[in-house]
Amino acid sequence: MNEASGGGSRAAAVTAPGAPTPEPVADERLANIGLVARLMRRPEVGSLLGALVICAFFWLTTDVFGTLNGIANWTDVASTLGIMAVAVALLMIGGEFDLSAGVMTGTTGLLMGLLTTEWGISMWPAIALTFLFAATVGFLNGYMVMRTKLPSFIVTLATFFVLQGVNLGVTKAITGTVRVAGLGDVPGYDSASKLFSSTFWAPHNFRISVIWWIAIAALATWVLARTRAGNWIFAVGGDANASRNVGVPVARVKIALFMTTAIAAALVGIMIALRLSSVQAGQGVGEEFTYIIAAVVGGCLLTGGYGSAIGASLGALIVGMAFIGIQFSGWNTDWRFLFLGVILLLAVLVNNLVRHRAEGARR
Amino acid sequence: MTAEKAPLLEVRGVSKYFGNVIALKDISLGVGAGEVTCVLGDNGAGKSSFIKILAGVHPHDDGEFLVEGEPVRFKSPRDARERGIATVFQDLATVPLMSVWRNFFLGSEPTVGKGPLRRIDVGRAQQTMREEMRKMGIDVRDADQPVGTLSGGERQAVAIARAVYFGAKVLILDEPTSALGVKQSGVVLRYVVQARERGLGVIFITHNPHHAYPVGDRFVVLNRGRLLGDWRRGEIGRDELVKMMSGGAELDQLTHELESQLEGPG
Repeated sequence: MNEASGGGSRAAAVTAPGAPTPEPVADERLANIGLVARLMRRPEVGSLLGALVICAFFWLTTDVFGTLNGIANWTDVASTLGIMAVAVALLMIGGEFDLSAGVMTGTTGLLMGLLTTEWGISMWPAIALTFLFAATVGFLNGYMVMRTKLPSFIVTLATFFVLQGVNLGVTKAITGTVRVAGLGDVPGYDSASKLFSSTFWAPHNFRISVIWWIAIAALATWVLARTRAGNWIFAVGGDANASRNVGVPVARVKIALFMTTAIAAALVGIMIALRLSSVQAGQGVGEEFTYIIAAVVGGCLLTGGYGSAIGASLGALIVGMAFIGIQFSGWNTDWRFLFLGVILLLAVLVNNLVRHRAEGARR
Repeated sequence: MTAEKAPLLEVRGVSKYFGNVIALKDISLGVGAGEVTCVLGDNGAGKSSFIKILAGVHPHDDGEFLVEGEPVRFKSPRDARERGIATVFQDLATVPLMSVWRNFFLGSEPTVGKGPLRRIDVGRAQQTMREEMRKMGIDVRDADQPVGTLSGGERQAVAIARAVYFGAKVLILDEPTSALGVKQSGVVLRYVVQARERGLGVIFITHNPHHAYPVGDRFVVLNRGRLLGDWRRGEIGRDELVKMMSGGAELDQLTHELESQLEGPG
């Protein structure tokens, strides 16, 4: 360890008591921190390059991709994905996973649907209850992880299957089908859908969810970079013990992150339910991996402590552009899974390199 | 040295049990302002249990724990910190992927603004960190540099500078030199001396008598959870300290055995 710090032959370095404060010595290894080196330290560099390449590719090879209609199309896909990717990125920076995040978008949509269409609650109270429910599930996820000290991978895998079962079972038991429909007739639907699922910029019809996504990504970026909470998120993911030793409330931070993820899932669930005015019982299953892929492509380390909300957003953008680009190219859309697999692998390899660079002298 | 005044930190006859295991039995020591007390012991001597009691991680079972003459019983590391006792744990002190200034202020970030706009005062944090590190003789040019890219000694320095800045009166260093090379160890020992010069009480826990001897004012040796001895500077020589550390007579016996084996039937 620390061979780089110079020859260990100078045993005389042990100072006698009463030595004066040594003069600060400029470290010659820090000499040139150029722009490139600074850029390379940012987690989102790789995803930015990737996004540019993919955008350029589909822009040049298809006719629609670069038009405003086309852009409205792929930003739509990227937006709901991006909202989740940002929340999942925060959680991953905090050192945890949530495999129930995908199915949660279904659960919350179904809950809102059942509350309004089956139990006669009007839209806004139902939305409030849905967020409350999501916060509770998120809290339970976090509490179980912190209490049992089991990997969050396992705990939220259990939540995933529990929710998937509940989604199908409860929906079938109550409606007799695998979907909840008729949200459009519920009082308050118009105002709610205006906020969560309307479109803007008339002929091209950009989705309002794009605005939500940008706002959430900006907020998350500010929190991470400039607030105590953000500092603590990096810290609990980077080294939970060291954080605890300096007084960071590790359990509270992580539980809050699980709750944030679940609340983001509720937001997306509500958006999708209002848009279609119905919810399928299978909604969201499998999406959790897409969120994680977007976050990892955006530079989040699987081991925690490193990543960014902007990166995760770019990751979501890459996935959104690829999904729509593949469609526009007239290829079989099943290829998108192959694409996800390949970019995940590439991203993990790049991230590993970044991590070694950042941890440099440590090992 | 501080005979008339109560020491900054003192333990009297402290014991700790984990179930039926006696981790520590009847340990007494103290440290005054501007003093370095070295706690020496081999692996399993009870150093970690002892440091955890001082740091507030575990409460003690028997005996007295006094801070500035006042009996205390810490429930958490936070309690200990509030009384001015800062512990720098070996290798658990900093988050490697975070920048130097973020690590420096972690858990006590300076903020500006109110309510939802309350944010970290990054400029002040970076400037303060630079100044405090400069006092320790380190020029941090790039405040955004991840701590993991610093050398082992510099990382300890960040943790020590942080503890001093946040008002520590007693600094407890857990094996700060054990993972370091010779030169880096020297750097860390210099920080120990500096902390003492600035009037802090330092409890320096180590298994290396060669590191303890040049900086210590008082030497306490633990062995198998018990106090083996307590000497002031000048009352014990380096060789004697080495011998005591490894259990005194045990080492003699070991040397004897090894010698006889080597000289024995070829």
